[in-house]
Amino acid sequence: MAAWTDISGIRQKIADSSAEEVTASYIETIGKSKINGFTTVSDEAINAAREIDSNGHEGPLAGVPIAIKENISTKGLSTTCSSKILQGYVPPYDAHVIEKLKAAGAVILGKTNMDEFAMGTSTESSYYGPTFNPWDMDRVPGGSSGGSAAVVAAGEAPVSLGSDTGGSVRCPAAYCGVVGIKPTYGCISRYGLISYANSLEQIGPLATNVADIATIMDVVAGYDSRDSTSINRENTYSDALKDDVKGMKIGVPEEYFGEGIDENVEKAVWDSISKFEDMGATYEKVSMPHTKYALASYYIIAMSEASSNLARFDGTRYGYRADGDNWHVMASKTRAEGFGPEVKRRILLGTYALSAGYHDKYYLKALQVRTLVKQDFDRALANVDVLMAPTMPAPAFKIGEKIDDPLSLYLADVNTVPINLAGVPSISVPCGLSDGMPVGLQIIGKHFDENTIIRAAYSFEQNTDHHTRRPPEVA
Amino acid sequence: MVYENPDGIRIGLEVHVQLNKLKTKLFCGCSTEYHDSEPNTHVCPVCLGLPGSLPVLNEKAVEFAIKVGLALNCSIVEQTQFHRKNYYYPDLPKNFQTTQYDFPIAANGKIIIEGEDGEHVVGITRAHIEEDPARLQHMGTIDRSKGTLINYNRSGMTLIEIVSEPDMRSPKEARRYLEKLKSILDYLGVFDGDLEGAMKADANVSVFWGDRVEVKNISSFKGLERALVYEIMRQKNHIRRGGEIVMETRHFDEARGVTISMRTKEEEHDYRYFPEPDLVPLRVADWVPGIRETLPELPDAKRERFMEQYGLGETHARALTTEIKVANFFEEVAAKVDPKDAAVWVSDILKGELNYRELSIDAFTVEDIVAVVELVTGNKITEQSGVEIIRTVLDDGGKPQDIVEKKGLLKVEDDIVATAVEEAIAENPDAVADYLGGKEKSLNFIVGKVMQKTKGRADAREAREKVLAKLNE
Ligand SMILES: [Zn+2]
Repeated sequence: MAAWTDISGIRQKIADSSAEEVTASYIETIGKSKINGFTTVSDEAINAAREIDSNGHEGPLAGVPIAIKENISTKGLSTTCSSKILQGYVPPYDAHVIEKLKAAGAVILGKTNMDEFAMGTSTESSYYGPTFNPWDMDRVPGGSSGGSAAVVAAGEAPVSLGSDTGGSVRCPAAYCGVVGIKPTYGCISRYGLISYANSLEQIGPLATNVADIATIMDVVAGYDSRDSTSINRENTYSDALKDDVKGMKIGVPEEYFGEGIDENVEKAVWDSISKFEDMGATYEKVSMPHTKYALASYYIIAMSEASSNLARFDGTRYGYRADGDNWHVMASKTRAEGFGPEVKRRILLGTYALSAGYHDKYYLKALQVRTLVKQDFDRALANVDVLMAPTMPAPAFKIGEKIDDPLSLYLADVNTVPINLAGVPSISVPCGLSDGMPVGLQIIGKHFDENTIIRAAYSFEQNTDHHTRRPPEVA
Repeated sequence: MVYENPDGIRIGLEVHVQLNKLKTKLFCGCSTEYHDSEPNTHVCPVCLGLPGSLPVLNEKAVEFAIKVGLALNCSIVEQTQFHRKNYYYPDLPKNFQTTQYDFPIAANGKIIIEGEDGEHVVGITRAHIEEDPARLQHMGTIDRSKGTLINYNRSGMTLIEIVSEPDMRSPKEARRYLEKLKSILDYLGVFDGDLEGAMKADANVSVFWGDRVEVKNISSFKGLERALVYEIMRQKNHIRRGGEIVMETRHFDEARGVTISMRTKEEEHDYRYFPEPDLVPLRVADWVPGIRETLPELPDAKRERFMEQYGLGETHARALTTEIKVANFFEEVAAKVDPKDAAVWVSDILKGELNYRELSIDAFTVEDIVAVVELVTGNKITEQSGVEIIRTVLDDGGKPQDIVEKKGLLKVEDDIVATAVEEAIAENPDAVADYLGGKEKSLNFIVGKVMQKTKGRADAREAREKVLAKLNE
């Protein structure tokens, strides 16, 4: 495994040698990988790097390799959502974020493993098999963007893109000891992101440090006319990279330290909050009474939307196709053979929740709860600048430990899903270890106030050494 | 006179209109001009439903739909709201259709048709915007197909579905409703009714005020009337034999002229409607006054004006105002010749000749019809010659004046007719004797001789009068 290098380090290396050499060294590292983080390494990466060298690209990411989650469309590069049903699907177009990255000079290194259709917290449900946590190969990297977090932690890519529907960037960032952000809903265009639950999800970058997160955000965020939910709002994220939290008001929601929280996690998060006090911030406890209903609301909404979003995978136009005497048989068999058990479970539950007679009882009720959860955030964030809480109630669990117990897997999302329901931004930064496994501190902000949470995360990084801890084999 | 509706017939129509005058599709930038193109050439990730693609609402489509709603006397919704209608079918690229559900763009309107007993009001329940599916081409018939080809050019075209109340009491009223609807849409300039797939209808039919049956797949005015006549007869016969009408969906087989059961109410889909998360509401309340101002004079108003301004009878006024192009054509002609002559020549004669050839009014020019009317009313040619000129222009081309010359259609001088009359009487003493003896038919024989002598250029009525005058001298 290679060393961690930040973007400015990479750019220095490129200046000293070439983008081609830098990309080649990452590809070499990936070739020796034991974590199964990449699903595909791009054949075009070297050419793209060579082109950057020859045309003297001056973009902010000129020659910087980046790994992309399997559910973000990349023209000419397999995009399967780690599902058999999309076997062989090669998008004819680039997602908005990919266009932006390419324009900034980034080199698309390859695609990263994920829970099938982003439905999971462990990256175990992938058609390509599980990804292993670089900190402990017996443990999961988190999910669903497990590949994107693990390859950054393992030094196989300096930065990556994931997507976060209910914690899918923040969870693996916490489990793998890297930084990950879930921006405000509407901040980054979803054009080209294969939908799981489209009213909840956002693309978000993962990196080894906060500055790199800001750099990627500066490139990929912004208005896109092809996504009606994208918001037209100018912002420079790297402006927030200041070591200054004096007078910052922190709210600590009691409900996020609930039953079943790991003692070490709890301690690490409280130590972090004390550190913020030392740095000049103040904190107060806040109450978010509807948190306990958020999980149920989230799963009903996500599954309902998924049951419709995933309907198009029928073998007619792309991906896997089973044989059948007529279209209905072919489509049914394709779906029976192409989807894994967790995806089927969620499609069935979502279909049920939207069905006549149950729609009001489940789907509509879930929407009402969502409104209440949003109001919790509005109320709490009216008096404080940010909220702080553990990203995950416990560190990474063992591979196979929860695979047959979907409910306990769903419960692991308890601290991340309310953020998606509310649509607010949240960043996870490393804040300590629990039995040798990383712990994530989640810093939650107001709508479109990414800069405050980035400033808090950056200041924390400047004043602590948690982010300097590496997995055992990474220098 | 009030129509009694003895069989308790109630017909409601759901009409799908493709707003094909829009330049781009409903949710993407693809061109709508695919009708003469190769399959699957007007497509993109959005209308192919590729993973990761997202819809963006075409605001012009919303504007067109509001126009339609206002023309149908509907109230317009404050802001747009789209839903997903979930069902699996090979023509749906996403296996759901993006449509409107509880907040249609327009609702609570009405239109007036010529009913069984005079003016009849048909209520418009709602009009909503939705996307057109792809086109399936079955290799063979729908029930015995060896395979199916999918053409996505049509996928994502803007449809407006106009749902009426079950206010029509006969197949004729249903046809009149459809004609009126088409006429209004034609006036608005939102669609070209001649293009494939421009207008399709599903009908709800019930007899003896009973449960309704839905008849799908009606694609022409003629088909509508046939389907309804058949379905009403079927329901009546079924009841007469002691059967009961159940709520079901039937498919109209245009070739055989029958309706076939597809599914009963219990087998109806549960569409699991829910709001489309990828689209945000678009506030349109402020658009309405401006759009209302752009509404053209509609068929009813124009008909009234034609009767008032040009002194036309209702039949002419109605015939001339069904299509906006014909109405405009007529007004141009009426500005140059007597409007009543213009009405006769445009409505009765020219339209008849055009219909016979399945041509639109574009096939003839105002200039040419004015020339024909002036030749006839100026007594230069006969009415028959006028008709002949129109036919020649349509079939072989040319200008009326040239055709008159080439065919020698100018009326002959009076004295030539007089000479011919005299000759005909002198040369046919037997016929003259027969006529004077009471055989009326012999007169036709003598007039025929006159026409022969003048090579048909004499006006037949005029020739007849002259022969009569001579014989009665
Ligand atoms: Zn398109």
